[in-house]
Amino acid sequence: MSDIKLPIYLDYSATTPIDPRVAAKMAECLTIDGNFGNPASRSHSFGWTAEAAVDLARQQVADLINADPREIVWTSGATESDNLAIKGAAHFYRKKGNHIITMKTEHKAVLDTCRQLEREGFEVTYLDPRENGLLDLEVLKAAITDQTIVISVMHVNNEIGVIQDIEAIGEIAREKRIIFHVDAAQSTGKVDIDLAKLKVDLMSFCAHKTYGPKGVGALYVRRKPRVRLEAQMHGGGHERGMRSGTLATHQIVGMGEAFRIAGEEMATENERVRMLRDRLYNGLNDMEEVYVNGDLDHRIAGNLNISFNFVEGESLIMALRDLAVSSGSACTSASLEPSYVLRALGRNDELAHSSIRFTIGRFTSAEEIDYTVDLVRAAVGKLRDLSPLWDMYKDGIDLNSVEWVAH
Amino acid sequence: MAYSEKVLDHYENPRNVGVLEDDLSVGTGMVGAPACGDVMKLQIKVNGDGIIEDAKFKTYGCGSAIASSSLVTEWVKGKSLDEAAEIKNTHIAEELALPPVKIHCSVLAEDAIAAAIDNYRSKNQ
Repeated sequence: MSDIKLPIYLDYSATTPIDPRVAAKMAECLTIDGNFGNPASRSHSFGWTAEAAVDLARQQVADLINADPREIVWTSGATESDNLAIKGAAHFYRKKGNHIITMKTEHKAVLDTCRQLEREGFEVTYLDPRENGLLDLEVLKAAITDQTIVISVMHVNNEIGVIQDIEAIGEIAREKRIIFHVDAAQSTGKVDIDLAKLKVDLMSFCAHKTYGPKGVGALYVRRKPRVRLEAQMHGGGHERGMRSGTLATHQIVGMGEAFRIAGEEMATENERVRMLRDRLYNGLNDMEEVYVNGDLDHRIAGNLNISFNFVEGESLIMALRDLAVSSGSACTSASLEPSYVLRALGRNDELAHSSIRFTIGRFTSAEEIDYTVDLVRAAVGKLRDLSPLWDMYKDGIDLNSVEWVAH
Repeated sequence: MAYSEKVLDHYENPRNVGVLEDDLSVGTGMVGAPACGDVMKLQIKVNGDGIIEDAKFKTYGCGSAIASSSLVTEWVKGKSLDEAAEIKNTHIAEELALPPVKIHCSVLAEDAIAAAIDNYRSKNQ
């Protein structure tokens, strides 16, 4: 235990370190000795070599998701991909209808994009998930109108790690001829994605959650049946006019290599990560008043989002300074609101405030998990000794029956 | 968020954590709400001369809330009720160097003192 390096990184859903193999490939595309050319340069070998590297990366990304490389549009990340997909489709198909359906638990990149479209006159329905975080397909069906043009549902939730049934949602959308967008920022390398089978029209990706660099992503745009988008970034007509801007060869090469590795190592990596996650879960699960947020079965291997009742999240984060984790507590966010994702699951404010997200990844060790278990147990014990709510719970007082003076 | 040395000290080594056995000499104030992310319980024990001779707290809340309540248990001890009521949130915030988003923690601690004094006085009318 003495050779553990602190703090321990358990925030792989926020971002991942770049795999050294990826960094090596990226480094080859920077300097005068390397592949630094503009992939759009047609008149010399510098451009051709850069274009070849971009083409290889495009193939590598397409391979992971079983798509055609011509269906990949490079972007700056999943936020841009979400914007391009939702705004692009809504603007292009606005003559067909003005209604968009999404979920309350989506990432802000989707929610805020939808808010913008509302300001432009579109109608948006924000669906509640079930208590386990998953979408009820009947609720979705009931929300569809003859004006619905886009459904946007994320594949894997960033906070609670639950996996939505995008196969079933795709069937519903296709039958009604509605464009189906999926934010898959959190799912590459964690869940199999087969776009030859899935009836998904648009899918957002980024590199940095899958051991690639920040600042690069992609949007999958289906060719058959063809999906049209209105460009959001205008300029030199790159990426078949859907997204102008000089391609960042080193970033794109990094994303390609990261996705190649993900495809090759996903099965063994998921098994190892799941073993570590279960070790963490089993180490904490026998404590009193702990609640896992979101469905445990339909969930990626590396996520454990858990609430420690009667302990406030920020003070817990403070006690866990040797861990890099995130909290649904209001105090850790700029907004001073507890996690909207946990609130959408119907979790009360106390449990939302008490939540910690542990996300485990490629470089996490069993020793780090054991250290984490000991640290969390001690910290929760200490803070409960300090907590008047814990005393009241122990005295059998129902906290909902107390008249609190809100401030 | 960066915490001041004093907040960290009170958080790591909170003073006067605990519960006082309830009797006429003890005033209890509980303020805040779980939904807001902080609840403070402050108790004072007042002697025959009207002086606070002991104080205990329990707090559910962020590090700044814990530090604010820990600090006021130190400050109220040895004071009369009127003197204790003079402690203002600005003194607490200044002492702990609280950032603007944490000022509400010091307000809550001031409210806790007032609530404990009120409770003692209502029991000893």
